[in-house]
Amino acid sequence: MSETLSCRGVSMSFNGLSALAGVNLVFPSSGIVSIIGPNGAGKTTLIDILTGFIRPDSGSCFIGQREITHLPPDQIAALGITRTFQHLRCITQTSALENVLLARPRQRGESLLGALFRLGVAEEEKQNREIAKRLLESVGLGHATTESDRAGELSYGQQKLLSLACCLATEAQMLLLDEPIAGVSPKRREQILKLLLTLGNQGMLIIFVEHDISAVKEVADQVIMMDEGKVIAHGVPSEVLARPEIMEAYIA
Amino acid sequence: MEYVSHLLVLAAIYTILVVSLDLLIGHTGIMSVAHASLFGLGAYTTALLAVHYDPPFIISIVPGMVIGSAMAVIISLASLRLTRDQFVLATFGFQSILFGIFENWVSVTRGPFGVSGIPHPRILGLTASSPPLMLILVSASALLCYAAVIRFARSPFGRVLRAIREDEVFAKSLGKATYRYKISAFAISGCIAALAGGLYAYYMTFIDPTSFTIMESILILSMVIIGGAGSRWGPLVGALVLVILPEGLRFLGLPDSVAGSLRQVIYGVLLIAIVIFRPSGLVGSFRLGR
Repeated sequence: MSETLSCRGVSMSFNGLSALAGVNLVFPSSGIVSIIGPNGAGKTTLIDILTGFIRPDSGSCFIGQREITHLPPDQIAALGITRTFQHLRCITQTSALENVLLARPRQRGESLLGALFRLGVAEEEKQNREIAKRLLESVGLGHATTESDRAGELSYGQQKLLSLACCLATEAQMLLLDEPIAGVSPKRREQILKLLLTLGNQGMLIIFVEHDISAVKEVADQVIMMDEGKVIAHGVPSEVLARPEIMEAYIA
Repeated sequence: MEYVSHLLVLAAIYTILVVSLDLLIGHTGIMSVAHASLFGLGAYTTALLAVHYDPPFIISIVPGMVIGSAMAVIISLASLRLTRDQFVLATFGFQSILFGIFENWVSVTRGPFGVSGIPHPRILGLTASSPPLMLILVSASALLCYAAVIRFARSPFGRVLRAIREDEVFAKSLGKATYRYKISAFAISGCIAALAGGLYAYYMTFIDPTSFTIMESILILSMVIIGGAGSRWGPLVGALVLVILPEGLRFLGLPDSVAGSLRQVIYGVLLIAIVIFRPSGLVGSFRLGR
Protein backbone atom coordinates (compact mmCIF):
# COMPACT_ATOMS: atom_id res chain seq x y z
CA MET A 1 0.00 0.00 0.00
CA SER A 2 1.77 3.10 -1.14
CA GLU A 3 -1.05 5.63 -1.41
CA THR A 4 -1.67 7.71 1.63
CA LEU A 5 -4.86 9.11 3.04
CA SER A 6 -4.81 12.84 3.69
CA CYS A 7 -7.03 15.83 4.20
CA ARG A 8 -6.43 19.52 3.63
CA GLY A 9 -8.21 22.40 5.31
CA VAL A 10 -11.29 20.38 6.22
CA SER A 11 -13.93 22.42 8.03
CA MET A 12 -17.43 21.51 9.05
CA SER A 13 -20.08 23.08 11.19
CA PHE A 14 -23.48 21.93 12.36
CA ASN A 15 -26.11 24.62 12.90
CA GLY A 16 -23.43 27.24 13.27
CA LEU A 17 -21.38 25.18 15.73
CA SER A 18 -17.94 24.41 14.40
CA ALA A 19 -17.12 20.67 14.51
CA LEU A 20 -13.95 20.81 12.44
CA ALA A 21 -11.90 23.93 11.80
CA GLY A 22 -9.32 23.59 9.05
CA VAL A 23 -7.98 20.11 9.72
CA ASN A 24 -4.81 19.17 7.80
CA LEU A 25 -3.59 15.61 8.17
CA VAL A 26 -1.42 13.15 6.31
CA PHE A 27 -1.79 9.60 7.51
CA PRO A 28 0.98 7.04 7.13
CA SER A 29 0.45 4.31 4.54
CA SER A 30 0.31 1.60 7.20
CA GLY A 31 0.39 1.10 10.93
CA ILE A 32 -1.93 2.17 13.72
CA VAL A 33 -3.00 5.76 14.24
CA SER A 34 -5.17 6.72 17.15
CA ILE A 35 -7.33 9.83 17.25
CA ILE A 36 -8.01 11.06 20.78
CA GLY A 37 -9.67 14.09 22.24
CA PRO A 38 -12.51 15.16 24.51
CA ASN A 39 -16.14 14.68 23.52
CA GLY A 40 -17.13 17.07 20.77
CA ALA A 41 -13.55 17.42 19.52
CA GLY A 42 -14.63 16.40 16.00
CA LYS A 43 -13.15 12.89 15.93
CA THR A 44 -16.24 11.11 14.60
CA THR A 45 -17.01 13.98 12.22
CA LEU A 46 -13.53 13.54 10.74
CA ILE A 47 -14.16 9.82 10.20
CA ASP A 48 -17.58 10.58 8.68
CA ILE A 49 -15.95 12.99 6.24
CA LEU A 50 -13.05 10.70 5.32
CA THR A 51 -15.50 7.89 4.56
CA GLY A 52 -17.95 10.05 2.59
CA PHE A 53 -20.87 9.95 5.03
CA ILE A 54 -20.68 13.73 5.49
CA ARG A 55 -19.56 16.34 2.98
CA PRO A 56 -17.36 19.00 4.56
CA ASP A 57 -18.23 22.69 4.24
CA SER A 58 -14.76 23.27 2.85
CA GLY A 59 -11.46 21.47 2.36
CA SER A 60 -10.58 18.25 0.56
CA CYS A 61 -9.66 14.64 1.26
CA PHE A 62 -7.35 12.54 -0.87
CA ILE A 63 -6.13 9.01 -1.39
CA GLY A 64 -2.74 9.58 -2.93
CA GLN A 65 -3.39 12.30 -5.51
CA ARG A 66 -7.03 11.35 -6.02
CA GLU A 67 -9.60 13.61 -4.44
CA ILE A 68 -12.34 11.71 -2.64
CA THR A 69 -14.16 14.59 -0.92
CA HIS A 70 -17.32 14.36 -3.00
CA LEU A 71 -17.47 10.60 -3.52
CA PRO A 72 -20.34 8.68 -1.89
CA PRO A 73 -19.46 6.16 0.86
CA ASP A 74 -19.75 3.12 -1.40
CA GLN A 75 -17.24 4.51 -3.89
CA ILE A 76 -14.83 5.41 -1.13
CA ALA A 77 -15.22 1.88 0.28
CA ALA A 78 -14.45 0.51 -3.18
CA LEU A 79 -11.17 2.44 -3.06
CA GLY A 80 -10.20 0.44 0.01
CA ILE A 81 -11.41 2.50 2.96
CA THR A 82 -13.96 1.04 5.29
CA ARG A 83 -15.18 1.87 8.74
CA THR A 84 -17.05 0.85 11.85
CA PHE A 85 -19.45 3.01 13.82
CA GLN A 86 -19.55 4.26 17.38
CA HIS A 87 -23.08 2.86 17.65
CA LEU A 88 -22.61 -0.68 16.47
CA ARG A 89 -24.03 -1.50 13.09
CA CYS A 90 -24.63 -4.95 11.72
CA ILE A 91 -27.64 -6.88 10.43
CA THR A 92 -28.85 -8.39 13.68
CA GLN A 93 -31.71 -10.35 12.10
CA THR A 94 -29.42 -12.57 10.07
CA SER A 95 -26.40 -14.76 10.81
CA ALA A 96 -22.92 -13.48 11.52
CA LEU A 97 -21.82 -15.37 8.42
CA GLU A 98 -24.37 -13.54 6.23
CA ASN A 99 -23.05 -10.23 7.56
CA VAL A 100 -19.54 -11.11 6.48
CA LEU A 101 -20.77 -12.49 3.13
CA LEU A 102 -22.57 -9.21 2.51
CA ALA A 103 -19.28 -7.39 2.93
CA ARG A 104 -17.44 -9.34 0.22
CA PRO A 105 -16.63 -7.01 -2.67
CA ARG A 106 -17.51 -7.31 -6.38
CA GLN A 107 -19.87 -10.28 -6.15
CA ARG A 108 -21.31 -11.47 -9.46
CA GLY A 109 -24.50 -12.58 -7.77
CA GLU A 110 -25.15 -9.01 -6.65
CA SER A 111 -25.97 -7.87 -10.18
CA LEU A 112 -29.48 -8.32 -11.57
CA LEU A 113 -28.43 -10.68 -14.34
CA GLY A 114 -26.07 -12.53 -12.01
CA ALA A 115 -28.90 -13.04 -9.53
CA LEU A 116 -31.28 -14.29 -12.22
CA PHE A 117 -29.02 -16.52 -14.31
CA ARG A 118 -26.49 -17.43 -11.60
CA LEU A 119 -23.54 -17.94 -13.97
CA GLY A 120 -20.62 -18.88 -11.72
CA VAL A 121 -22.50 -17.56 -8.72
CA ALA A 122 -22.67 -20.84 -6.80
CA GLU A 123 -18.91 -21.30 -7.05
CA GLU A 124 -18.25 -17.70 -6.06
CA GLU A 125 -20.66 -17.98 -3.13
CA LYS A 126 -18.92 -21.15 -1.95
CA GLN A 127 -15.54 -19.42 -2.04
CA ASN A 128 -16.91 -16.37 -0.25
CA ARG A 129 -18.44 -18.61 2.40
CA GLU A 130 -15.04 -20.20 3.03
CA ILE A 131 -13.38 -16.81 3.23
CA ALA A 132 -16.11 -15.53 5.56
CA LYS A 133 -15.70 -18.52 7.88
CA ARG A 134 -11.94 -18.02 7.98
CA LEU A 135 -12.40 -14.33 8.75
CA LEU A 136 -14.83 -15.09 11.57
CA GLU A 137 -12.31 -17.54 12.97
CA SER A 138 -9.49 -15.03 12.62
CA VAL A 139 -11.34 -12.46 14.74
CA GLY A 140 -12.16 -15.05 17.36
CA LEU A 141 -15.74 -15.81 16.31
CA GLY A 142 -14.99 -19.33 15.14
CA HIS A 143 -17.95 -20.60 17.13
CA ALA A 144 -20.44 -18.41 15.19
CA THR A 145 -19.90 -19.62 11.65
CA THR A 146 -23.18 -21.43 11.03
CA GLU A 147 -26.32 -20.04 9.39
CA SER A 148 -28.28 -20.30 12.62
CA ASP A 149 -26.03 -18.02 14.67
CA ARG A 150 -27.93 -14.77 14.58
CA ALA A 151 -25.70 -11.71 14.79
CA GLY A 152 -28.19 -10.14 17.20
CA GLU A 153 -27.61 -12.93 19.69
CA LEU A 154 -23.88 -12.23 19.94
CA SER A 155 -22.64 -10.18 22.90
CA TYR A 156 -21.80 -6.52 22.40
CA GLY A 157 -18.07 -7.30 22.30
CA GLN A 158 -18.60 -10.11 19.83
CA GLN A 159 -20.63 -7.80 17.60
CA LYS A 160 -17.67 -5.40 17.63
CA LEU A 161 -15.49 -8.29 16.45
CA LEU A 162 -18.09 -9.10 13.81
CA SER A 163 -18.01 -5.54 12.49
CA LEU A 164 -14.22 -5.87 12.23
CA ALA A 165 -14.62 -9.14 10.31
CA CYS A 166 -17.00 -7.34 7.94
CA CYS A 167 -14.43 -4.57 7.37
CA LEU A 168 -11.77 -7.17 6.61
CA ALA A 169 -14.10 -9.01 4.23
CA THR A 170 -14.30 -5.90 2.03
CA GLU A 171 -10.54 -6.29 1.39
CA ALA A 172 -10.05 -2.66 2.37
CA GLN A 173 -6.51 -1.65 3.27
CA MET A 174 -7.54 1.23 5.49
CA LEU A 175 -9.88 0.71 8.44
CA LEU A 176 -11.37 3.64 10.31
CA LEU A 177 -12.70 2.37 13.60
CA ASP A 178 -14.88 4.48 15.86
CA GLU A 179 -14.24 3.40 19.46
CA PRO A 180 -13.57 -0.27 18.75
CA ILE A 181 -13.08 -1.24 22.39
CA ALA A 182 -15.57 1.03 24.16
CA GLY A 183 -17.93 -0.90 26.40
CA VAL A 184 -16.37 -4.34 25.96
CA SER A 185 -15.06 -6.70 28.64
CA PRO A 186 -11.32 -6.64 29.55
CA LYS A 187 -10.85 -10.01 27.87
CA ARG A 188 -12.50 -8.80 24.65
CA ARG A 189 -10.47 -5.58 24.83
CA GLU A 190 -7.23 -7.57 24.78
CA GLN A 191 -8.53 -9.68 21.92
CA ILE A 192 -9.44 -6.64 19.81
CA LEU A 193 -6.19 -4.78 20.52
CA LYS A 194 -4.17 -7.87 19.59
CA LEU A 195 -6.12 -8.09 16.34
CA LEU A 196 -5.43 -4.44 15.56
CA LEU A 197 -1.70 -4.98 16.15
CA THR A 198 -1.71 -7.98 13.82
CA LEU A 199 -3.51 -6.02 11.10
CA GLY A 200 -1.19 -3.04 11.50
CA ASN A 201 1.81 -5.34 11.16
CA GLN A 202 0.32 -6.86 8.01
CA GLY A 203 0.63 -3.50 6.26
CA MET A 204 -2.88 -2.17 6.78
CA LEU A 205 -3.62 1.32 8.00
CA ILE A 206 -5.77 1.29 11.12
CA ILE A 207 -7.15 4.62 12.28
CA PHE A 208 -9.08 4.39 15.50
CA VAL A 209 -10.90 6.86 17.67
CA GLU A 210 -10.47 5.99 21.32
CA HIS A 211 -10.92 7.33 24.82
CA ASP A 212 -8.92 4.57 26.50
CA ILE A 213 -5.46 6.19 26.73
CA SER A 214 -3.74 3.02 27.95
CA ALA A 215 -4.98 1.17 24.86
CA VAL A 216 -3.62 3.98 22.68
CA LYS A 217 -0.24 3.68 24.40
CA GLU A 218 -0.30 -0.08 23.92
CA VAL A 219 -0.94 -0.26 20.19
CA ALA A 220 -0.72 3.10 18.40
CA ASP A 221 2.28 4.07 16.26
CA GLN A 222 0.99 7.62 16.00
CA VAL A 223 -1.50 9.61 17.97
CA ILE A 224 -3.55 12.60 16.84
CA MET A 225 -4.94 14.79 19.56
CA MET A 226 -7.98 16.85 18.59
CA ASP A 227 -9.74 19.59 20.51
CA GLU A 228 -12.54 21.94 19.41
CA GLY A 229 -12.30 20.77 15.82
CA LYS A 230 -8.55 21.25 15.49
CA VAL A 231 -5.56 18.95 15.51
CA ILE A 232 -3.52 20.15 18.47
CA ALA A 233 -0.84 17.46 18.41
CA HIS A 234 0.27 14.69 16.06
CA GLY A 235 3.21 12.39 16.78
CA VAL A 236 4.36 9.25 18.52
CA PRO A 237 2.30 8.43 21.63
CA SER A 238 5.25 8.56 24.07
CA GLU A 239 5.89 12.19 23.10
CA VAL A 240 2.38 13.49 22.59
CA LEU A 241 0.93 11.90 25.71
CA ALA A 242 3.88 13.09 27.82
CA ARG A 243 3.09 16.76 27.12
CA PRO A 244 1.24 18.11 30.16
CA GLU A 245 -0.78 20.69 28.16
CA ILE A 246 -2.12 17.89 25.94
CA MET A 247 -3.34 15.81 28.85
CA GLU A 248 -4.78 18.94 30.41
CA ALA A 249 -6.82 19.66 27.28
CA TYR A 250 -7.89 16.04 27.17
CA ILE A 251 -9.10 16.00 30.75
CA ALA A 252 -10.74 19.41 30.45
CA MET B 1 -67.21 -23.41 -11.87
CA GLU B 2 -66.82 -20.22 -13.91
CA TYR B 3 -67.27 -18.23 -10.73
CA VAL B 4 -64.53 -20.17 -8.92
CA SER B 5 -62.19 -19.85 -11.85
CA HIS B 6 -62.94 -16.10 -11.99
CA LEU B 7 -61.95 -15.79 -8.34
CA LEU B 8 -58.80 -17.79 -8.90
CA VAL B 9 -57.81 -15.64 -11.88
CA LEU B 10 -58.25 -12.52 -9.76
CA ALA B 11 -56.32 -14.11 -6.89
CA ALA B 12 -53.50 -15.03 -9.28
CA ILE B 13 -53.36 -11.50 -10.72
CA TYR B 14 -53.27 -10.05 -7.22
CA THR B 15 -50.60 -12.56 -6.24
CA ILE B 16 -48.42 -11.17 -9.04
CA LEU B 17 -49.05 -7.64 -7.79
CA VAL B 18 -48.38 -8.57 -4.18
CA VAL B 19 -45.21 -10.47 -5.04
CA SER B 20 -43.92 -7.47 -6.97
CA LEU B 21 -44.77 -4.96 -4.23
CA ASP B 22 -43.34 -7.26 -1.58
CA LEU B 23 -39.97 -7.14 -3.33
CA LEU B 24 -39.97 -3.45 -2.37
CA ILE B 25 -41.69 -3.52 1.01
CA GLY B 26 -40.73 -6.89 2.44
CA HIS B 27 -37.33 -7.39 0.91
CA THR B 28 -35.95 -3.86 0.51
CA GLY B 29 -37.94 -1.96 3.13
CA ILE B 30 -39.27 0.67 0.70
CA MET B 31 -42.92 1.59 1.06
CA SER B 32 -44.74 2.61 -2.11
CA VAL B 33 -48.35 3.54 -2.82
CA ALA B 34 -47.80 3.94 -6.56
CA HIS B 35 -48.27 0.29 -7.39
CA ALA B 36 -51.73 0.56 -8.91
CA SER B 37 -50.42 3.18 -11.33
CA LEU B 38 -47.71 0.78 -12.57
CA PHE B 39 -50.37 -1.92 -12.79
CA GLY B 40 -52.45 0.53 -14.83
CA LEU B 41 -49.55 1.48 -17.06
CA GLY B 42 -49.11 -2.17 -18.00
CA ALA B 43 -52.86 -2.61 -18.46
CA TYR B 44 -53.23 0.43 -20.73
CA THR B 45 -50.15 -0.35 -22.81
CA THR B 46 -51.23 -3.93 -23.43
CA ALA B 47 -54.89 -3.02 -23.93
CA LEU B 48 -54.15 -0.30 -26.48
CA LEU B 49 -51.72 -2.49 -28.40
CA ALA B 50 -54.21 -5.36 -28.38
CA VAL B 51 -57.15 -3.21 -29.46
CA HIS B 52 -55.31 -1.41 -32.25
CA TYR B 53 -52.96 -4.11 -33.57
CA ASP B 54 -54.03 -7.39 -31.92
CA PRO B 55 -50.50 -8.80 -31.88
CA PRO B 56 -49.57 -12.12 -30.22
CA PHE B 57 -49.60 -12.10 -26.38
CA ILE B 58 -45.86 -11.64 -25.95
CA ILE B 59 -45.70 -8.64 -28.31
CA SER B 60 -48.46 -6.83 -26.47
CA ILE B 61 -47.35 -7.73 -22.95
CA VAL B 62 -43.59 -7.00 -23.14
CA PRO B 63 -43.83 -3.28 -24.06
CA GLY B 64 -46.06 -2.76 -21.03
CA MET B 65 -43.47 -4.43 -18.83
CA VAL B 66 -40.72 -2.24 -20.30
CA ILE B 67 -42.76 0.92 -19.76
CA GLY B 68 -43.73 -0.19 -16.23
CA SER B 69 -40.09 -0.79 -15.47
CA ALA B 70 -39.02 2.56 -16.91
CA MET B 71 -41.67 4.41 -14.91
CA ALA B 72 -40.57 2.55 -11.76
CA VAL B 73 -37.01 3.73 -12.39
CA ILE B 74 -38.25 7.31 -12.72
CA ILE B 75 -40.20 6.98 -9.45
CA SER B 76 -37.24 5.44 -7.65
CA LEU B 77 -34.86 8.17 -8.77
CA ALA B 78 -36.82 10.42 -6.44
CA SER B 79 -35.90 8.12 -3.55
CA LEU B 80 -32.23 9.04 -3.77
CA ARG B 81 -32.77 12.32 -2.01
CA LEU B 82 -35.78 11.61 0.18
CA THR B 83 -36.24 10.03 3.58
CA ARG B 84 -38.39 6.92 3.66
CA ASP B 85 -41.41 8.81 4.96
CA GLN B 86 -41.09 11.52 2.34
CA PHE B 87 -40.71 8.87 -0.29
CA VAL B 88 -44.12 7.37 0.48
CA LEU B 89 -45.61 10.79 -0.18
CA ALA B 90 -43.66 11.06 -3.43
CA THR B 91 -45.06 7.72 -4.60
CA PHE B 92 -48.51 9.04 -3.75
CA GLY B 93 -47.72 11.96 -6.04
CA PHE B 94 -46.71 9.65 -8.90
CA GLN B 95 -49.83 7.58 -8.35
CA SER B 96 -51.98 10.71 -8.67
CA ILE B 97 -50.15 11.91 -11.78
CA LEU B 98 -50.47 8.58 -13.60
CA PHE B 99 -54.11 8.25 -12.60
CA GLY B 100 -54.64 11.76 -13.93
CA ILE B 101 -53.10 10.71 -17.23
CA PHE B 102 -55.29 7.59 -17.49
CA GLU B 103 -58.36 9.69 -16.82
CA ASN B 104 -57.59 12.82 -18.82
CA TRP B 105 -55.55 11.82 -21.85
CA VAL B 106 -58.82 11.03 -23.57
CA SER B 107 -57.44 10.85 -27.13
CA VAL B 108 -55.33 7.85 -26.16
CA THR B 109 -56.89 6.24 -23.08
CA ARG B 110 -60.52 7.27 -23.81
CA GLY B 111 -60.51 8.71 -20.29
CA PRO B 112 -63.44 7.69 -18.08
CA PHE B 113 -65.01 5.68 -20.93
CA GLY B 114 -62.15 3.21 -20.72
CA VAL B 115 -60.76 0.87 -23.34
CA SER B 116 -63.20 -1.83 -24.37
CA GLY B 117 -63.20 -4.72 -26.79
CA ILE B 118 -59.78 -6.03 -25.79
CA PRO B 119 -59.37 -9.27 -27.76
CA HIS B 120 -58.46 -12.57 -26.14
CA PRO B 121 -54.73 -13.22 -25.92
CA ARG B 122 -53.12 -15.44 -28.56
CA ILE B 123 -50.15 -17.59 -27.68
CA LEU B 124 -48.51 -20.02 -30.12
CA GLY B 125 -51.62 -20.00 -32.28
CA LEU B 126 -53.95 -20.73 -29.33
CA THR B 127 -56.53 -18.22 -28.18
CA ALA B 128 -57.20 -18.11 -24.44
CA SER B 129 -60.89 -17.37 -24.80
CA SER B 130 -62.42 -19.12 -21.76
CA PRO B 131 -61.88 -18.47 -18.03
CA PRO B 132 -60.14 -21.87 -17.49
CA LEU B 133 -57.65 -21.11 -20.27
CA MET B 134 -57.09 -17.64 -18.82
CA LEU B 135 -56.63 -19.27 -15.43
CA ILE B 136 -53.83 -21.44 -16.82
CA LEU B 137 -52.15 -18.43 -18.45
CA VAL B 138 -52.45 -16.22 -15.38
CA SER B 139 -51.43 -18.96 -12.93
CA ALA B 140 -48.38 -19.82 -15.02
CA SER B 141 -47.43 -16.14 -15.07
CA ALA B 142 -47.96 -15.87 -11.31
CA LEU B 143 -45.81 -18.93 -10.73
CA LEU B 144 -43.07 -17.54 -12.94
CA CYS B 145 -43.09 -14.16 -11.15
CA TYR B 146 -43.14 -15.86 -7.78
CA ALA B 147 -40.17 -18.05 -8.72
CA ALA B 148 -38.27 -15.08 -10.16
CA VAL B 149 -38.74 -12.98 -7.02
CA ILE B 150 -37.70 -15.87 -4.78
CA ARG B 151 -34.66 -16.36 -7.00
CA PHE B 152 -33.73 -12.70 -6.61
CA ALA B 153 -34.38 -12.79 -2.87
CA ARG B 154 -32.15 -15.80 -2.30
CA SER B 155 -29.20 -14.46 -4.27
CA PRO B 156 -26.41 -12.16 -3.12
CA PHE B 157 -28.52 -9.42 -4.76
CA GLY B 158 -31.33 -10.24 -2.32
CA ARG B 159 -28.85 -10.19 0.53
CA VAL B 160 -27.99 -6.58 -0.32
CA LEU B 161 -31.70 -5.70 -0.50
CA ARG B 162 -32.25 -7.13 2.98
CA ALA B 163 -29.23 -5.21 4.23
CA ILE B 164 -30.79 -2.02 2.85
CA ARG B 165 -34.02 -2.90 4.65
CA GLU B 166 -32.23 -3.51 7.95
CA ASP B 167 -29.49 -0.89 7.91
CA GLU B 168 -28.74 1.05 4.76
CA VAL B 169 -25.86 2.98 6.34
CA PHE B 170 -24.13 -0.29 7.21
CA ALA B 171 -24.57 -1.55 3.65
CA LYS B 172 -23.10 1.69 2.29
CA SER B 173 -20.13 1.45 4.62
CA LEU B 174 -19.36 -1.96 3.15
CA GLY B 175 -19.22 -0.50 -0.35
CA LYS B 176 -22.72 -1.29 -1.58
CA ALA B 177 -24.13 1.32 -3.96
CA THR B 178 -27.49 1.11 -2.24
CA TYR B 179 -29.27 3.57 -4.57
CA ARG B 180 -28.49 1.32 -7.52
CA TYR B 181 -30.00 -1.68 -5.74
CA LYS B 182 -33.10 0.29 -4.85
CA ILE B 183 -33.54 1.36 -8.46
CA SER B 184 -33.06 -2.24 -9.61
CA ALA B 185 -35.60 -3.54 -7.11
CA PHE B 186 -38.06 -0.88 -8.27
CA ALA B 187 -37.44 -1.74 -11.91
CA ILE B 188 -38.18 -5.43 -11.34
CA SER B 189 -41.19 -4.56 -9.24
CA GLY B 190 -42.61 -2.18 -11.89
CA CYS B 191 -41.97 -4.71 -14.63
CA ILE B 192 -43.91 -7.43 -12.79
CA ALA B 193 -46.75 -5.09 -11.79
CA ALA B 194 -47.13 -4.06 -15.43
CA LEU B 195 -47.28 -7.72 -16.44
CA ALA B 196 -50.15 -8.15 -13.98
CA GLY B 197 -51.79 -5.13 -15.64
CA GLY B 198 -51.50 -6.67 -19.10
CA LEU B 199 -53.03 -9.92 -17.88
CA TYR B 200 -55.80 -8.01 -16.16
CA ALA B 201 -56.64 -6.08 -19.34
CA TYR B 202 -56.76 -9.27 -21.39
CA TYR B 203 -58.86 -11.04 -18.82
CA MET B 204 -61.38 -8.25 -18.23
CA THR B 205 -61.51 -7.22 -21.95
CA PHE B 206 -62.34 -3.73 -20.61
CA ILE B 207 -60.34 -1.34 -18.45
CA ASP B 208 -61.00 2.12 -17.12
CA PRO B 209 -59.14 4.36 -14.64
CA THR B 210 -61.26 3.24 -11.65
CA SER B 211 -59.23 -0.01 -11.45
CA PHE B 212 -56.00 1.92 -10.90
CA THR B 213 -56.80 4.35 -8.10
CA ILE B 214 -54.91 5.00 -4.87
CA MET B 215 -57.41 2.68 -3.16
CA GLU B 216 -56.17 -0.12 -5.39
CA SER B 217 -52.58 0.67 -4.35
CA ILE B 218 -53.66 0.51 -0.72
CA LEU B 219 -55.47 -2.78 -1.31
CA ILE B 220 -52.27 -4.31 -2.72
CA LEU B 221 -50.31 -2.85 0.20
CA SER B 222 -52.86 -4.37 2.63
CA MET B 223 -52.40 -7.75 0.99
CA VAL B 224 -48.63 -7.51 1.51
CA ILE B 225 -49.02 -6.57 5.17
CA ILE B 226 -51.82 -9.01 5.97
CA GLY B 227 -50.02 -11.93 4.30
CA GLY B 228 -46.67 -11.08 5.83
CA ALA B 229 -44.09 -8.82 4.21
CA GLY B 230 -40.85 -10.44 3.09
CA SER B 231 -42.05 -14.00 3.68
CA ARG B 232 -42.28 -16.91 1.31
CA TRP B 233 -46.01 -17.60 1.51
CA GLY B 234 -47.16 -14.15 2.61
CA PRO B 235 -47.98 -12.82 -0.88
CA LEU B 236 -50.09 -15.85 -1.70
CA VAL B 237 -51.93 -15.81 1.63
CA GLY B 238 -52.49 -12.03 1.47
CA ALA B 239 -53.90 -12.16 -2.06
CA LEU B 240 -56.11 -15.19 -1.35
CA VAL B 241 -57.51 -13.81 1.90
CA LEU B 242 -58.41 -10.41 0.50
CA VAL B 243 -59.84 -11.73 -2.78
CA ILE B 244 -61.85 -14.61 -1.35
CA LEU B 245 -62.94 -13.28 2.05
CA PRO B 246 -65.10 -10.44 0.65
CA GLU B 247 -66.69 -12.90 -1.75
CA GLY B 248 -67.87 -14.88 1.25
CA LEU B 249 -70.09 -11.88 2.07
CA ARG B 250 -72.15 -12.57 -1.02
CA PHE B 251 -73.46 -15.70 0.64
CA LEU B 252 -74.74 -13.76 3.63
CA GLY B 253 -77.55 -12.46 1.43
CA LEU B 254 -76.82 -8.80 2.12
CA PRO B 255 -77.94 -6.16 -0.38
CA ASP B 256 -75.14 -5.13 -2.75
CA SER B 257 -74.84 -1.62 -1.32
CA VAL B 258 -74.32 -2.94 2.21
CA ALA B 259 -71.93 -5.70 1.06
CA GLY B 260 -69.75 -3.10 -0.68
CA SER B 261 -69.37 -0.95 2.41
CA LEU B 262 -68.94 -4.01 4.61
CA ARG B 263 -66.05 -5.06 2.42
CA GLN B 264 -64.27 -1.79 3.15
CA VAL B 265 -64.95 -2.22 6.86
CA ILE B 266 -63.54 -5.73 6.79
CA TYR B 267 -60.33 -4.54 5.13
CA GLY B 268 -60.02 -1.85 7.75
CA VAL B 269 -60.67 -4.11 10.73
CA LEU B 270 -58.40 -6.84 9.36
CA LEU B 271 -55.60 -4.38 8.74
CA ILE B 272 -55.85 -2.84 12.21
CA ALA B 273 -56.06 -6.27 13.86
CA ILE B 274 -53.02 -7.53 11.97
CA VAL B 275 -50.95 -4.44 12.73
CA ILE B 276 -51.79 -4.72 16.44
CA PHE B 277 -51.81 -8.47 17.03
CA ARG B 278 -49.62 -9.91 14.28
CA PRO B 279 -47.36 -7.15 12.97
CA SER B 280 -45.39 -9.62 10.90
CA GLY B 281 -48.55 -10.68 9.02
CA LEU B 282 -50.42 -13.98 8.95
CA VAL B 283 -47.45 -16.08 7.83
CA GLY B 284 -44.54 -13.63 7.97
CA SER B 285 -41.61 -13.26 10.29
CA PHE B 286 -40.38 -9.78 9.46
CA ARG B 287 -42.02 -6.89 11.31
CA LEU B 288 -42.56 -3.73 9.35
CA GLY B 289 -41.51 -0.47 10.99
CA ARG B 290 -39.39 -2.16 13.61
